[in-house]
Amino acid sequence: MSLKRIDLLICCGSGCVSAGALKIKERFHEVLKEKGMENEINIIETGCMGPCDYGPVMVIYPEGIFYKTVTPEDVSEIVEEHFIKGRPVARLMLSDDERTFSVQKEVPFYQKQIKVALANCGYIDPESLDEYIATGGYEALGTALTEMTPQDVIDVMKAAGLRGRGGGGFPAHIKWQMVHNIQDNEKYIICNGDEGDPGAFMDRSLLEGDPHRILEGMMIAAYAIGASQGFFYIRAEYPLAITRIRDAIEQARGLGLMGKNIFGTDFNFEVEVRTGAGAFVCGEEMALIHSIEGERGNPTPKPPYPATQGLWGKPTVVNNVETLANIPTIMVKGAEWFNTMGTQTSKGTKVFAITGDIRNTGLVEVPMGITLRELIFDVGGGMVGEGKFKAVQLGGPSGGCLTVEHLDVPVDYESLKERGAMMGSGGLIVMNDEKCMVNVAKFFMEFCVEESCGKCSPCRIGLKQMYEILDRITKGQGKEGDIEELQRLGESVKMLSLCGLGQTAPNPVLSTIRYFRDEYESHIRDHSCSTKVCLDLMNFNIDKSRCIGCSLCARKCPTNCITGSREEKYVIHQLECIKCGNCYDVCPVNAIDKIPGMHPEMKEYRAKLQAQKDLDD
Amino acid sequence: MTPAVQQDNQLYARLKEVIDEKKNLRNPLIEILRIAQDIFGYLPVEVQEFVAKEMGIPASKVYGVVTFYNFFSMKPRGKYTLNICMGTACYVKGAPRLAQNIEDILEAKMGETTEDGRFTISAVRCVGACSLAPVFMIGDETYGRIETKDQVTKILERYQ
Ligand SMILES: Cc1cc2nc3c(=O)[nH]c(=O)nc-3n(C[C@H](O)[C@H](O)[C@H](O)COP(=O)(O)O)c2cc1C
Ligand code: SF4
Ligand code: SF4
Ligand code: FES
Repeated sequence: MSLKRIDLLICCGSGCVSAGALKIKERFHEVLKEKGMENEINIIETGCMGPCDYGPVMVIYPEGIFYKTVTPEDVSEIVEEHFIKGRPVARLMLSDDERTFSVQKEVPFYQKQIKVALANCGYIDPESLDEYIATGGYEALGTALTEMTPQDVIDVMKAAGLRGRGGGGFPAHIKWQMVHNIQDNEKYIICNGDEGDPGAFMDRSLLEGDPHRILEGMMIAAYAIGASQGFFYIRAEYPLAITRIRDAIEQARGLGLMGKNIFGTDFNFEVEVRTGAGAFVCGEEMALIHSIEGERGNPTPKPPYPATQGLWGKPTVVNNVETLANIPTIMVKGAEWFNTMGTQTSKGTKVFAITGDIRNTGLVEVPMGITLRELIFDVGGGMVGEGKFKAVQLGGPSGGCLTVEHLDVPVDYESLKERGAMMGSGGLIVMNDEKCMVNVAKFFMEFCVEESCGKCSPCRIGLKQMYEILDRITKGQGKEGDIEELQRLGESVKMLSLCGLGQTAPNPVLSTIRYFRDEYESHIRDHSCSTKVCLDLMNFNIDKSRCIGCSLCARKCPTNCITGSREEKYVIHQLECIKCGNCYDVCPVNAIDKIPGMHPEMKEYRAKLQAQKDLDD
Repeated sequence: MTPAVQQDNQLYARLKEVIDEKKNLRNPLIEILRIAQDIFGYLPVEVQEFVAKEMGIPASKVYGVVTFYNFFSMKPRGKYTLNICMGTACYVKGAPRLAQNIEDILEAKMGETTEDGRFTISAVRCVGACSLAPVFMIGDETYGRIETKDQVTKILERYQ
């Protein structure tokens, strides 16, 4: 996009910025200035390129050379060798055992990906409207406004079969058609950028990396449904996303793409940005609407749906960020093209944020129907470290865990749902065999208990009860029948809750019971956590044959429960141990082991206490 | 007038400007409270009552909104806010241990402010930098892949 000799694209996504991308950028400016080369090299700050684990990353055109984990010290070498002498720096390229990948396209991480929503993310400067337009931006809007009727637009969406990417998977065209059909001169379009799922950063990256695309998608939707006012609802934790969208709106206004008579037609559009204030339930569309109205973000029973009675009681469409991001491309390339990707019922691509114990954590976009195996092992590069693959959690705090036996399941809305998981918004957390599934279930349950808005009692009380049972189990106080009780509670909370939060919150518990029942059983019956995560169900033990008697652990123990001498070696007094793990960390000869199961001394002690209690009762 | 009150008056004057500017937006309460929290650092009852009076709405409504959203705090906060990410990705990558370490070093628990008023520790749900898990933030600065107490101590020393 420039007349300069070289385009240097530096990823300034959140991952790379945290890893120091801005310092690298500064350094490039300094070095280029010293060499008097500022006019030859075009430095572009882009949104997330995807492979965040290797941050800071950069791509250098015309060749498309990909560098990873660049440090400020590497900058001079890149300028000297690559820019001046034309010899790319092999040391900074990604490589595996056999080969080095010099060009971005060759990097295995990108091979099975198809970028639609993310097409510009990592390729253009998100703060530049010119660059967006240069990639064909606002063409779709122009065509829609000047050559198509709103119904034509809806028909294209219907043929494309785009489903909501915010979790529900509801076909976009159905909502649009409903609102389109209602006669009302006040209608609204809302972009849901609340992205409350922990472990997810797709919408953030889209908003930060290609804000004009989301804005264009929103305006096309607005035209189709007959709205002239839109809202972005973005969570306060994403200040950069908020700024970028605000700037994009102003830039668009400057070119006459916002305001009155857009593209010389009688379509008028205004948009406001509202920020969320840290309540997970506000991602639910009715709660979100109440939040924009300035109320407490409580969900209300549906029907009525937003389509008939949404914002201020008016017909409203709520669409997720990624849903909107797909729209401009569908309008330009057509429904048929969109239909070439995906499965029978799930068309197109899906963006995932892959995290956890996986080599290539980051942001990816893959065609629907790809198998979990391809996603985790090919795109994700497989497991990192020693641990073996144990489970993958999809669908946010109310999604489910799948296991090794599901690796060949295609990723589409229906296949995942059948197995007790769900597509959700695209957070995908891979776990190795050091993770305790009961503990993971408890973690999600705690999240849902805290985020329940408390309006309906099944969700408020039922989830709390489930949490308490899980908490007991992880503390070695589980009882026979707890598993059945969890299942019973889970089913009724699912059935009786008012909104999607309660209706799905039991999923992680139910799915882990379904696939890891033995783990629950060993926690309850044998008081043992095989992964040694639940501290009450494991113990630290000094192996005397390996201990050299250095006394380091004894000195570091906060409760002074380790005693001994150089000759006698050291022992841990189990009843006083608080399992802080200091000793384990400091032992110079690794003489301390983590052992699954409650220590026999502790078992005996607890039994005595219980007997005493029974006597007292 | 004591200096403290004077300063307060300035803050209230700023808040009033904001309210006057935003009042005509449709239902701007949450936006106004966010800015009020920026100005005062937190939202004590007096500030809530001021907002209610200026906007001509019942104080109970303001209170209802403040207590609903985690983002709002009714207690004074430390000079810096230290947010520990407790999102899923960070949790599986050792956030509980990190939290423990931070609590130990600062001798304050989650949700509390340190005695010297330097830090308020709180938990957040995912800051969107999961690839760097476990992550914590001080103000707008993100710190990732920090594991040991020594690393944490070094970072905290930068904030005086
Ligand atoms: C508890 C809960 C949280 C939700 N959080 C989000 C969210 O963070 N982002 C989002 O786009 N949709 C979220 N949704 C789904 C929305 O209610 C709504 O279905 C979606 O925004 C519609 O857009 P789409 O059809 O384009 O996906 C959530 C739903 C529930 C029940
Ligand atoms: S785990 Fe902590 S409390 Fe237990 S023995 Fe080791 S240092 Fe002491
Ligand atoms: S630190 Fe290790 S070697 Fe030293 S006394 Fe403790 S267990 Fe023995
Ligand atoms: S933030 Fe740079 S690759 Fe994701």
